[in-house]
Amino acid sequence: MSGPKSPNSWQYRGLNMVNPGLDHLSNGLIDLVKAGHNVVAGSADLQYSNGLNRFATAYPDRYISFGISEQNMVSVAAGIATTGVVPFVATFASFMGLLTCEQIRMDVAYSAQPVRLIGHHTGISLGFYGTSHHATEDIGTMRSIADLTVVSPSDGAQLEAAIRASADWDQPIYFRIGRGRDPVVYGAGTEFRFGKAQVHGFGEDLTIIACGITVHAALEAAAAMTAAGRSVGVIDMASIKPLDRDAIIEAADRSKTGRLMTVEEHNILGGLGAAVAEVLTDEGKGIRLKRHGIHDEYSLIAPPTHLYAHYKLDGAGIRSVAEEFLRG
Amino acid sequence: MTSQPDAAASAGHNSHQPDAQTVERLRERAQFIRLETIRLIDIAKTGHYTSVFSAAEVFSALYYDVMNLRRGEPGWDGRDRFTIGKGHAAVGLFPIYADLDFFPRDWLDDYTRLGSPLGDHPDMRKVPGVDFSSGSIGHALSNAIGMVLAQRWTGKDYKVFCMMGDGEMQEGQVWEAALFAAQNRMKNLIAIIDRNGFQLDGRVDDVMAIEPLDEKWRAFGWEVHSVDGHDIAAVTALLRRLRADETREKPALVISKTVKGRGVSYMETDPGWHLGWLDPSDAEEAIAEIRAQVI
Repeated sequence: MSGPKSPNSWQYRGLNMVNPGLDHLSNGLIDLVKAGHNVVAGSADLQYSNGLNRFATAYPDRYISFGISEQNMVSVAAGIATTGVVPFVATFASFMGLLTCEQIRMDVAYSAQPVRLIGHHTGISLGFYGTSHHATEDIGTMRSIADLTVVSPSDGAQLEAAIRASADWDQPIYFRIGRGRDPVVYGAGTEFRFGKAQVHGFGEDLTIIACGITVHAALEAAAAMTAAGRSVGVIDMASIKPLDRDAIIEAADRSKTGRLMTVEEHNILGGLGAAVAEVLTDEGKGIRLKRHGIHDEYSLIAPPTHLYAHYKLDGAGIRSVAEEFLRG
Repeated sequence: MTSQPDAAASAGHNSHQPDAQTVERLRERAQFIRLETIRLIDIAKTGHYTSVFSAAEVFSALYYDVMNLRRGEPGWDGRDRFTIGKGHAAVGLFPIYADLDFFPRDWLDDYTRLGSPLGDHPDMRKVPGVDFSSGSIGHALSNAIGMVLAQRWTGKDYKVFCMMGDGEMQEGQVWEAALFAAQNRMKNLIAIIDRNGFQLDGRVDDVMAIEPLDEKWRAFGWEVHSVDGHDIAAVTALLRRLRADETREKPALVISKTVKGRGVSYMETDPGWHLGWLDPSDAEEAIAEIRAQVI
C-alpha cells in the first residue's frame, strides 16, 4: 500500500515540518552546545511535540529518552546537574507544573541545581485535548517555589534569546512556552534579560502587562485602541520571576486614569496578574488593576484560536475588556 | 546468611572477603554510628533511632571500606556518591561525615538547633558530604541515576550507591527509575534496600505488601542480591564485589535483610520506636546494651 497522496497530509513525526515554530527550542540548545556548554536534553515521550527531535538528531549522544515518567525525569535531571552538566528537560506544562511540582521544589530548586525545565503547550493551547492537558496553574505553582526562575517567552525568537541568556544564569529555570505556533513579536536576534521586561510603550490611559502568547494579542489591542485615539502601552513581562518591578511602578506612575491591566493565558489567581497586584499593593500605588485571563474555571474545549476568542484573549477580546475597564 | 549472587557476578567471591582486622574495625564503626545516634537524638529530643540501627552495618561498610572517598574532600569530583531515600536516617550519617573530616566535629553538638546545618533530613546545600538532599521518599534512586548518566558527558569514573527503605518501594517513582536504570544498563549503579520490615503505620507487608521483592527487581532488569544486613563481613564482601565487578551490564540491587532497631532489644520488637526519645536513664541502658554486643 502506498502512502498518502496529498502533500497536505501529515503525521506525528513530521510535526516540525508543518510547524517550523517547534524548531526554536532545539535551535537554542544547539547554539549552547556549539558555544561549548555541556548541555543535554531529555523529554518524557514528547520529543516530536516539543521539537527536541531536532536536537536529538543533531546530538544523539546528548539526548535522553525518559519514556512516560515525568517525575523520574525531573529527579534524574537534578542528579545530572550535580556534576556540572546542564540538563534541559521537557514535557507538557500541565505535567511539569503540577505532576512534578514536588520534585522541582525538592530536587531542583531547594537543592539549587541549575536544571532547565521546559513546560510546553502551556495555557489552553492544547485546545480540545482538554483539562488534563491545559496548564492554567503553572505560573502559580512555579513562582511560589523559592530560588526558581520563571520565564514566559512571547515568541520563538525570545525563547531562543532566553535559552542563550540562561548560560549565565545560576538558578534553575522554568520556561513556560507555547506550542510553537506563537505569532512573531520579535525578530531573530532579539535580546532577553532575566528580571527585565520588554516595554512596548507606557500608556497614559492604560498599560497592558502581558506574557506569553497574549503579548502579541495585547499589542494588537493596543494598536487598535491607539488608532482610535487612546494612549495605550504594552509591557511584555517575559521574566515573571524575577519580576521587573520598576517597569510596573513606572506604568502605574504614568497612568492618568489610575488603571492598569494584566493579560495571561492562566488562571487570574496566582499568575502574572497576582504578581503585578502584589507589587502595586507593596508600593501603595492605589491603582485599579484589571486582571484578565482564565477566571478561576476550567476551560472549555475547542481549537485553540476558538478558545482565545471565547475567553477574550485574542486582540479583539483584549481590546473589548480594556475598553470596558476604562469606561467602568 | 550468605549472599545469593547471580552466576555472572560470583567470580572472585573470596578475594573480596574482608580480613579479621577490617571486620573488627567496621564493627566498631557501626557501634560508633549507633552510639552517636543516641547522643545526637538526645540533643534534638526526638529522632529515628531504629532507622539508623537497621542500616548501621551498611553505612559502616560503605563509608569506611567500599566507597572510593578522600578524607576531608567531600566535593572531590572523582568520589563515589551515595544517595538515600530514607533521609530520616541522616542522624546516623552525620557522625560519619564529621569523622571523615567532611565538616568540623563540633557541628554535631548543635544537631537540629537553630541555625544548625544538621537537621532530621540531609541537606546538600548545608552539609558537606551529602551528595543529594533527601526527605521526600522515592526521589533518591532517580537522583543517583542522574549522577551515573552524567558520566557520559563528564568522563568521570565512579560508582553511585543508593539506599532506599523497604516502605519506599510503595512510591511509584521508584519503579520509573528502576525501568530507566535497566534500560540504560547502569552498571555503575548499586542500590540497596534496607529491608527492615517496618514503616510508620506498621509492618510493610501489612500496610502494603511488596514481596516478592527479588523477583520484582529481576523482572525489572536488575541483578539482584540478598544479604544479612547486620553481618558486616558478608555486607562488606558483597558490596566490594559489586563495586569491583566490571562485567555486569546492568544495575545491581542488594536486599539488605535487617532488623529495625537492631542493637537495642526492646526497640527490635516494637515498631513504635520509628520515632522517639530516650530519657537519659534509658539511654544509659541502651548504650550499655550496644557496647556489650558483638553483632
